[in-house]
Amino acid sequence: MDATYTASEMMTVAAARALGNDDICFVGIGLPSAACNLARLTHAPRLTLVYESGTLETKPQVLPLSIGDGELCETALTTVSVPEMFQYWLQGGRISVGFLGGAQIDRYGNLNSTVIGSYATPKVRLPGSGGATEIATSCGRIYIVMRQTARSFVKKLDFVTSLGHGPTGRERREMGLKTAGPALVVTDLCMMKPDPATMEFVVVSLHRGVTPERVREHTGWDVRFAADLETTMPPRADELDALRDLNARTARAHGAPTAE
Amino acid sequence: MSVFVELREAVAQMVQDGDCVALEGFTHLIPFAAGHEIIRQGRRDLTLVRMTPDLLYDQMIGSGCATKLVFSWGGNPGVGSLHRLRDAVEQGWPQPLAIEEHSHAAMANAYVAGASGMPSAFFRGYRGSDLASVNPNIKFVPCPFTGESLACVPALRPDVTIVHAQQADRAGNVLVQGIVGVQKEAVLAAQRSIVTVEEVVDGFEGVGTNAVILPSWVVGAIAVVPGGAHPSYTHGYYSRDNAFYLAWDAIARDRERFQIWMREHVLGVGPDVFRDRAWPQAADER
Repeated sequence: MDATYTASEMMTVAAARALGNDDICFVGIGLPSAACNLARLTHAPRLTLVYESGTLETKPQVLPLSIGDGELCETALTTVSVPEMFQYWLQGGRISVGFLGGAQIDRYGNLNSTVIGSYATPKVRLPGSGGATEIATSCGRIYIVMRQTARSFVKKLDFVTSLGHGPTGRERREMGLKTAGPALVVTDLCMMKPDPATMEFVVVSLHRGVTPERVREHTGWDVRFAADLETTMPPRADELDALRDLNARTARAHGAPTAE
Repeated sequence: MSVFVELREAVAQMVQDGDCVALEGFTHLIPFAAGHEIIRQGRRDLTLVRMTPDLLYDQMIGSGCATKLVFSWGGNPGVGSLHRLRDAVEQGWPQPLAIEEHSHAAMANAYVAGASGMPSAFFRGYRGSDLASVNPNIKFVPCPFTGESLACVPALRPDVTIVHAQQADRAGNVLVQGIVGVQKEAVLAAQRSIVTVEEVVDGFEGVGTNAVILPSWVVGAIAVVPGGAHPSYTHGYYSRDNAFYLAWDAIARDRERFQIWMREHVLGVGPDVFRDRAWPQAADER
């Protein structure tokens, strides 16, 4: 790995590059928020960001710690109520990209953010859906950003919080959903896209210095690689500068280091 | 018509053991002072309703106020787990906690149904999610016109809703600004309501014609508690205390440390401490 940037920075930069000026993006806290704001500060200044607290077209100067920090409201075009957010704007089909993560993902992009272990007697009780369940089915398409480990990229989810392409990759189509579902997974090791025939996520690009063996070790299913496997372009200097400035501003604003 | 009362009195009169209680505020305007008053008054067997339980319900659950939680996202935003909530669900401490788990869209729609006097809410949701298989209050019904399968959840009708807001005027109307969340819907959905406010003003001068205002005839009690949302925030008054949200992780992780913290910062004090917490610089200067 190149010593001039971290795997986390590579992940955030790669996720940011997937967003364009015409996207209307529903943003979650954490890695998605960093990626979306990096995109806005670099190649996609007209990218529209929407947070589930009701802030439309928000342009935060620092990354919010919560989904409803005052910064989001103060820099937004307008702020609507939470019912309006979910009814008119999300359910109404006005969001082109939803960014999600989770504790577990399977090969078809289904996500678990509810429990590890059984639901009735969980080993780990996770926060739960929040907006994710309906974000997953109402946004035009879904990008997923997660750190890749064999414990999080699993053969079978303990619980399906948010539908990807379904337990066998076919259910989403069979249910007649009009939205595309998960179209991209960005990790600290690689990028994956669904095979159009099976909807199984396959590795399309390895970040520089990452071997296929390393990706296999960090994946709980028998992961496949695209025939024309690429190497992800490393972060450019301007991308790294913008991300580090953003993280430094954020850490100062929150009184403690919080960002990646 | 709403009445102005002390917070202690409002909680004593309106919140009873066994009630279904919603303390709302979407990250913003979370009524911490009122929740602490409920803890001090030793309410038990409450069903707590909130989209995002947040630190306040972590404190109330850890203090033994609740036997059931209705929620849609139970984390410490941007930080991690709510350890008291997890301890109740995973280990039954200090007592078992039943959960009714939803998505944000479902809770928002259920509040709208409650505010609208409807028995239930219909929306396009829960498709392909296991939540419907663990929560019997999630059903699917076909649209009578298109046949599309829609999710249906019962309306939320709390016995009492408590919210924080910026201002009340002298006539007892309430102004909510900034991230308004489900404040209006949660108050209108409830049988009774308590609103804590930063201050009382002569009139709402200079606000736009479409401001979110709760008329006095839909509000029960109003209690003036400056800083009453801290460590959440009140837009226009003070910012979210993100450093405290980060610090809470270590406090709540350990049962004993949590109990010591609660004794010192909740049980042994009153609502008057919130002003200094929300404006610590001003407190230092006094």
